[in-house]
Amino acid sequence: MYFNYLHLREIVYKWIFNILAFASLLFLFGITIILFKEGLPLFKEVSAVKFIFGTSWYPTHEHPEYGILPLILASLLVTAGALFFCIPLGVGSALYIHELAGFKQRAFLKPLIEILAAIPSIVYGFFGMVVVAPFLQRVLNLPVGLTAFTGSLILGVMATPTVCSIAEDALSFVPKSFREASYAVGANRWQTLTKVVLPAAGSGISTGIILGMSRAVGETMTVLMVTGGAAVIPRSIFEPVRPMTSTIAAEMGEAVMGSIHYHALFAIGLILFLFTLVFNIIAEIISRRFRLKLGLGR
Amino acid sequence: MDINQIKIKVEGVNFYYGSKQALRDIALDIYKNKVTAIIGPSGCGKSTFIRLFNRMNDLIPGARFEGKILIDGNNIYDPKLDVVDLRRSVGMVFQKPNPFPKSIYENVAYGLSINGIRDKGYIADKVDKSLKDAALYSEVKNRLSDNALALSGGQQQRLCIARALAVEPEVLLMDEPASALDPTATLKIEELIHELKKKYTIIIVTHNMQQAARISDYTAFFMMGELIEYDITSKIFTKPSKKITEDYITGRFG
Ligand SMILES: Nc1ncnc2c1ncn2[C@@H]1O[C@H](COP(=O)(O)OP(=O)(O)O)[C@@H](O)[C@H]1O
Ligand SMILES: [Mg+2]
Repeated sequence: MYFNYLHLREIVYKWIFNILAFASLLFLFGITIILFKEGLPLFKEVSAVKFIFGTSWYPTHEHPEYGILPLILASLLVTAGALFFCIPLGVGSALYIHELAGFKQRAFLKPLIEILAAIPSIVYGFFGMVVVAPFLQRVLNLPVGLTAFTGSLILGVMATPTVCSIAEDALSFVPKSFREASYAVGANRWQTLTKVVLPAAGSGISTGIILGMSRAVGETMTVLMVTGGAAVIPRSIFEPVRPMTSTIAAEMGEAVMGSIHYHALFAIGLILFLFTLVFNIIAEIISRRFRLKLGLGR
Repeated sequence: MDINQIKIKVEGVNFYYGSKQALRDIALDIYKNKVTAIIGPSGCGKSTFIRLFNRMNDLIPGARFEGKILIDGNNIYDPKLDVVDLRRSVGMVFQKPNPFPKSIYENVAYGLSINGIRDKGYIADKVDKSLKDAALYSEVKNRLSDNALALSGGQQQRLCIARALAVEPEVLLMDEPASALDPTATLKIEELIHELKKKYTIIIVTHNMQQAARISDYTAFFMMGELIEYDITSKIFTKPSKKITEDYITGRFG
């Protein structure tokens, strides 16, 4: 009797979890289908080559043009710029927390970083628009403060907690025995860090960087608020740009449903989706190799 | 009569983890080119004791050492002493094989390169020689660039021994080096220890009474942080002078 009850409970639990797992798969599947269904019709009107390599984006013009190269380049530029900030900041702070911070500092810093990661992006965007952009404009003597550089800076700071948190995990996954082995043959702390710990944690750290990067590529609110919004091919990092995400966010409201413009925005979404998919697959491959390398996968 | 030349002298050693005392007033002499086994129930301070000789315990926050350890007459706890030099002359092999996730070659070469040796030919010779001394060479000579983690547990442990030997230590510390290995691999390590004592002074912690009896010349029996008895191994295992030692080696507790 008692046994049957337990058995029943187990079956019910199993089904609940099956359904939940299945539901998220279903959502992902649904989103992908809709992206394709709404994005693909564009290519009846505009060739894929013209869409991706076209240099002018005038969707509401009398003779509309749908070239998204400026948007793709803007996304790549802003993302690369963000990496420039978040790699040293994120990896540096992970190293600090892991190697130098005492027990008490660590107990305080780790949760703080996680809170930083949870701040809504609009707060970063607002801060960037109201404080950082005017400041940069004044200090660097620019015609406008809302530029690719401002976007990179804010996105870089935003992605730092992600990078730091994953990099710190990677460092703490390096078994203590590796360090001991290194010290035991006479290595000092610096040699142990650079020759043993960092190489062993390397792919874990790269995973963190790639995930930080896919956060930056997909970020919408912040870039919309701080990058200025000019859909031209950027010639310098100190000019306003218009990344893919902010284009979708800014124009979806005004695009007539079913119009070419509407389908073009979905097609941009499709491209973005492919970008982040590739990033995440790379991150997954690297982290799997990392587990193998540390002998955790066997 | 230099059969019993003293290599290490331990005098009045106390060791604390924070406020907890892990070793109590230890004194003993360790003889050159002999194998000294450290036995005792788990938690009695064997690892703590053996890690004093290469100052591995220095890395533990809040740990405190009192007393003197002299190697060839030099106090290794002298504040002026260079810990790097000490660790090069006192090698260590750990309980669980811990090769780096690098190639077999790089593992053995590691100690040389971090000690500033750049001569590639010298390093290559030294790697070969260390692998031979660790009785691993014939098994890996054709795949020195393979990842060390692809080796079996027993091979990994012999690789760790080779890594320790490469920097030419005089003393070799081994903390239960065979406890994670199968009987065949264990036997290989034991044979190896027998070879190695011709060149090195070996201190080995072991959980296994038969192993201590088989491989060691001297045996120290620890309990609850104290050295209960220290003598020639055959004496400890045939007519120990303390009742409690006899109880332990005959398996009445442990
Ligand atoms: N890093 C540490 N911090 C605090 N206590 C420790 C630490 N390492 C060992 N101890 C304690 O010291 C005692 C001796 O430990 P250890 O030397 O590892 O014993 P054994 O190797 O004989 O099993 C044990 O009571 C253990 O709990
Ligand atoms: Mg131990």
